[in-house]
Amino acid sequence: MKFKPLEILTHIILILGVLLMVLPIWFSFATSTHDNVSIMTEGMKFFLGESFSQNYNEVLNEKGGWSEEVTAARMFVNSFIMALGIATLKVVISAMSAYALVYFRFKLAVPIFWLIFITLLVPLEVRIFPSYKIVSDLGLTNTYTGLILPLVASATATFFFRQFYKTIPDELLESAKLDGANSWRFFIDFLLPLSKTMLAAMFIFMFVYGYSQYLWPLIMTTDEKYWTVVMGMKIIFTENYEGVALPRTGERFAYIILSMLPPVLVVVILQRWFIKGLIQTEK
Amino acid sequence: MSFLELQNITKIYPNGTKAVNETSLNIDNGEFVVFVGPSGCGKSTLLRMIAGLEDITNGEISLDGNVINNIDPSERDVAMVFQNYALYPHMSVFNNMAYGLKNRGISKEEINNKVNDVAKLLEIDQLLTRKPSMLSGGQRQRVAMGRAIVRNPKIFLFDEPLSNLDAKLRNQMRLEIKRLQRQMGVTSIFVTHDQTEAMTLGDRIVVINNGVVEQVGTPKEIYSKPYTKFVAEFIGSPQMNLFNCKIENGIAHIADMRINLNNSANIDDASLGIRPDDILISDNGQHTCVANLVEYLGSDMIIYSKIGDQEFSCKLSSKINLNAGDTFKFDISNTLVHLFDNTNGSRV
Repeated sequence: MKFKPLEILTHIILILGVLLMVLPIWFSFATSTHDNVSIMTEGMKFFLGESFSQNYNEVLNEKGGWSEEVTAARMFVNSFIMALGIATLKVVISAMSAYALVYFRFKLAVPIFWLIFITLLVPLEVRIFPSYKIVSDLGLTNTYTGLILPLVASATATFFFRQFYKTIPDELLESAKLDGANSWRFFIDFLLPLSKTMLAAMFIFMFVYGYSQYLWPLIMTTDEKYWTVVMGMKIIFTENYEGVALPRTGERFAYIILSMLPPVLVVVILQRWFIKGLIQTEK
Repeated sequence: MSFLELQNITKIYPNGTKAVNETSLNIDNGEFVVFVGPSGCGKSTLLRMIAGLEDITNGEISLDGNVINNIDPSERDVAMVFQNYALYPHMSVFNNMAYGLKNRGISKEEINNKVNDVAKLLEIDQLLTRKPSMLSGGQRQRVAMGRAIVRNPKIFLFDEPLSNLDAKLRNQMRLEIKRLQRQMGVTSIFVTHDQTEAMTLGDRIVVINNGVVEQVGTPKEIYSKPYTKFVAEFIGSPQMNLFNCKIENGIAHIADMRINLNNSANIDDASLGIRPDDILISDNGQHTCVANLVEYLGSDMIIYSKIGDQEFSCKLSSKINLNAGDTFKFDISNTLVHLFDNTNGSRV
């Protein structure tokens, strides 16, 4: 098989791109398997070391925080609950509001849609104090509800679902009507199955979005029981930093590697539908 | 009282367009009625109002003795076959057909039996597990029919269901629809813009133009005695020749041609219609013309010619030897002509 010069060049560029993205992760992983002394004296590692089980075991089970009660495992659970809640609710709510916008003829449908769309310009960070005030007045600080609820509306997902529903031919609805499907059945029996690739794609986006939230959980939670992984990244294993102890670099890298796993898993599991959802609609 | 009654049905869209105007119609049980007309004439709107997919601005529709104006489409007990079939893309053929039955709370066993029976009838029993995207156009058409049949409705509504098929398949499906309708005896309304479909399928034809019913009748009545100029032009292929002429004491003046109509009519602005195959060509014909163009169709041929500056065509057996540029002689019999008053387009 012969390669043309252009093909070789493009492959080199692609390989460089892959290396650029993968190498830092590999360095982090390799470093996370060494003990702190060798990292301190020799810097980042390229080859695997021998402290894998020790480091990862410590990360998952050591109690940290000011109260010395929260473990990284607990933070993973918290993050998972938060991301799952945000992603699920965002997808469900956007799909339903898009359904209302497209299929129910009420007078203000168009202005309401644009109002929803405009909220794209107002991310959580902008409205964080009012949001905090509301959540705290409702007594929801330090609860999962408080972590999830202010983030469950999504203009982006609503927009995508709306565009998708608009491509579904009217005859389908009419035929379903004649077959005795009411509005609820049409949503469940038709729109949801037809948009399942879209649902998967949106779920992934929203899961990663929820998982990587930093500011909101930081402000929302004073109780360490509700800390999330991303917050922990800043806080964990820093308590003994000063003084005679060595910085616990190995454990921290192990923590970083672990923190990447849940979103990666979600993408790997759902990617088959995810890619379909982005490039084609099943009609 | 008829099975389906439309009384003064009017449809005005929110933007002010009048799609259907004061239409009344009675359809008997078991009848196969075809709505035919050019696109945009309101025939589909009328059908959709019967289905309940469009609101009725004015008038009353009753089915089997009950007024159905405000009854939900699902409770009207009508089934519709759509132009693009509207099969449910995510459901297997079986589920496509079973969906309506499931929503009525019919038991699984009964649904199974019904779907299998209908699938056998339509010869799609091998396809029940497939998705619509794996079917050919003709098979999709059958599934769409099956979905309607399996519900055993009071009335079938067909909205141009054959227009997406190729010519051969269309003829085949046309026959099949006719056969099935006869076999089951279910009242059916078929919408089409194709006059051949209308002629071959309908027990009765309703010709619609601009939201108004122009004529209702059997295919034979419509063909042999069109009430209006529009019907005369619309039904029949090739189109009926219409000559603008002046009638004086029962004699039509077309350019320098005279045709005795054997009546005493006097109309300044009239149209004299004669079907292309009613023009009798013979060597001792009264009139003479030049064939400008000859279209050979196998068993027949069509000759295009002119009287004065008005074009006309005649259809004759291709056994006659006639080429473009030749002159030919013909007669127009006054028993075969159709006379219309141009001021209102109606038959005289």
